[in-house]
Amino acid sequence: MEKKVLYLEDIRAGDEALPVVVANITRTHIVKYAGASGDFNPIHHDELYAIRGGNDRVFAMGMMTAGFLSHMITDWVGDGKLRQYRVRFARQVWPGDTITCKGKITRKYTKEGKNFMEAEVFAENQRGEKMITGSIVAEVLSKSAA
Amino acid sequence: MPIQDLIGQEFPPFDLPVERGKIREFANAIGDDNPIYSDPAYAAKNEFGGILAPPTFVATKTFWRQGESVFELAGFDPHFRLHGEEEYEYFKPILAGDVLTCKSKITKAYERVGQRGGQMTFIVSEFTFTNQKGEKVLISRTTSIQTEGAVKP
Repeated sequence: MEKKVLYLEDIRAGDEALPVVVANITRTHIVKYAGASGDFNPIHHDELYAIRGGNDRVFAMGMMTAGFLSHMITDWVGDGKLRQYRVRFARQVWPGDTITCKGKITRKYTKEGKNFMEAEVFAENQRGEKMITGSIVAEVLSKSAA
Repeated sequence: MPIQDLIGQEFPPFDLPVERGKIREFANAIGDDNPIYSDPAYAAKNEFGGILAPPTFVATKTFWRQGESVFELAGFDPHFRLHGEEEYEYFKPILAGDVLTCKSKITKAYERVGQRGGQMTFIVSEFTFTNQKGEKVLISRTTSIQTEGAVKP
C-alpha cells in the first residue's frame, strides 16, 4: 500500500483533506469504543441511566468521534507526522447520526529546518452541525530535502 | 473545598504497557484499517520499525491509572459530566511493545456560568508520557466539565 506524501511545495492554505464518513452511528460503535478505550461511563451504554440524566438516549463519547477524526488526519498527513492535535467537543453524537470528518490547511511554514502545515479539522453531522472542532500541526517533507 | 484548591494536585504515576492487541482493538473501534496499526510485516518496513499507536491511543490509560480519578477528587456526578476539550502534543512515535510512564496533575480549575447548563465547573488535567528509554513522547491535556443538569443538544 503506497501512501501519498505531502510535500511543502505542493500544499497551500485552503487545500482540503479527503473526508472520512462514518454512516449511521450505532450503539455497537459506542460499546466497541467503550471496550477499546476503557470509558465505561454508563451514560454512553445504559439507556435508563442516560435518560435519568435528562438525555433522550445514550450518546457517544466525544473521544470516539475524535478517533474517527484522527483517522481522516493520519490518512491525510501520513503516519507519525502529527505534532499537535486539539479538539473541542461542541455537540453530542447520537445513535443514527452520520459523521463526516473534514480538514482544511490554514498555513504552512518552516521552523528550525523542519517544515510544517497547520489545518483546521472538524466532524459534522448529517445536518451540517459541527460536533467537534479542532486544529492540527503536522510535519511535512520538502522536495529540496528529499 | 474551593475548586481552585485542586490546582497542582498530582495523581500517582503509573505505567502504560503499549500492547499490540490493544492497538488493533483501538484502531478497529475508530474505524481505521491502516495496516500500520495491525500488520507486523507491513509495520516492520516503515521508518519507525514497528506497529504504531493511533493519535488518541493514550485514552486507554483509564485501564492502568491508579488511585482516585479527577472526577472522584472533584466530586463530579457522571450523569452531568462532559468532556470539553482534548489536546495532544506529539514528540516521538509510540510503538507496540513500549512501556510508557505517565505523570499527571491538575493544572487549571475554575467555575463559570454556562449558557445552557447553569453553573459549570472546569478542570484541566495534564498527562506527560515518557517511554522506557526516558524520552518524552506525548503530553495530553483534558478539560473536564461538570454541569448542573443535562446539556440539551
